[in-house]
Amino acid sequence: MRQLTMFLAGVLFSVGLALAGMTQPQKVIGFLDFFGAWDPSLMFVMVGAIAVNLVLFRLTMRAKGPVYAPRFQVPTRRDLDARLIGGSALFGVGWGLAGFCPGPAIASLPTATPRVLVFVGAMVGGMVLFHAVERMRQAALSARREQATQS
Amino acid sequence: MEPGFWIAPLVGGALIGLSAAAMMWLHGRIAGISGIFGGLVKPTAGDFAWRGAFVGGLVAGGLLMLLLTPAAFENTADVGLPLVALAGLLVGFGTRLGSGCTSGHGVCGISRFSPRSIVATLTFIATGAAAVLTVRALGGA
Repeated sequence: MRQLTMFLAGVLFSVGLALAGMTQPQKVIGFLDFFGAWDPSLMFVMVGAIAVNLVLFRLTMRAKGPVYAPRFQVPTRRDLDARLIGGSALFGVGWGLAGFCPGPAIASLPTATPRVLVFVGAMVGGMVLFHAVERMRQAALSARREQATQS
Repeated sequence: MEPGFWIAPLVGGALIGLSAAAMMWLHGRIAGISGIFGGLVKPTAGDFAWRGAFVGGLVAGGLLMLLLTPAAFENTADVGLPLVALAGLLVGFGTRLGSGCTSGHGVCGISRFSPRSIVATLTFIATGAAAVLTVRALGGA
């Protein structure tokens, strides 16, 4: 039941994306083209999604916990850091170049078009690269800490 | 722009919001696609099944819509494959570094009035617009 509801949530999300026009990269690029032929339609996607989620999220938080998990896992950090801003900046450039963000790209996989396959493949590559860099950073950090305690 | 152009985006957006709310109500999770998908790329024990189920649902929903309305997947953006590959790389790396994408920050985060998500969303819309502007200035699409 747990995994089935998860699957159905994915289906619903995907149907919403396709209906909204998010799976048409030219629309995304048009939305980001503020200084050209701006296409405002995708602004309504955010309005619809935020309006519904805002109300239901507040109602949900009145419950003791979620139905199928022990507790709600809501991010609590409020600080702004370079990773958040730098990462979002890189993501935005990729989003604007191809007109795809992760959800619509994955939802478009059944089209099996070269652009979708190349995008999702490269996205996986980018994530693998991030995890590799992160591992190296952690290793360097702990080596430095070890050195500090020895001296 | 035809008169009812905003209706489908608004309804589609509402379904996205509904799905995200269901994720929180049923599983206590933020419906952030890059985070959920990223957890499949680098799996941890006991964490794979629900992520796989959700991403499987995304693909199945896409297939359903492709059969019902193929026009929803029309891609007329004139972007060459090398640029698409660069874009995918940036999206994969950037969303992991910045802890989220359009869904996690843009929808779920803003709905919670998270300052981090609001700043992240403004940032990726700004750099996205800059990328579109640059491509156009260089004579692309």
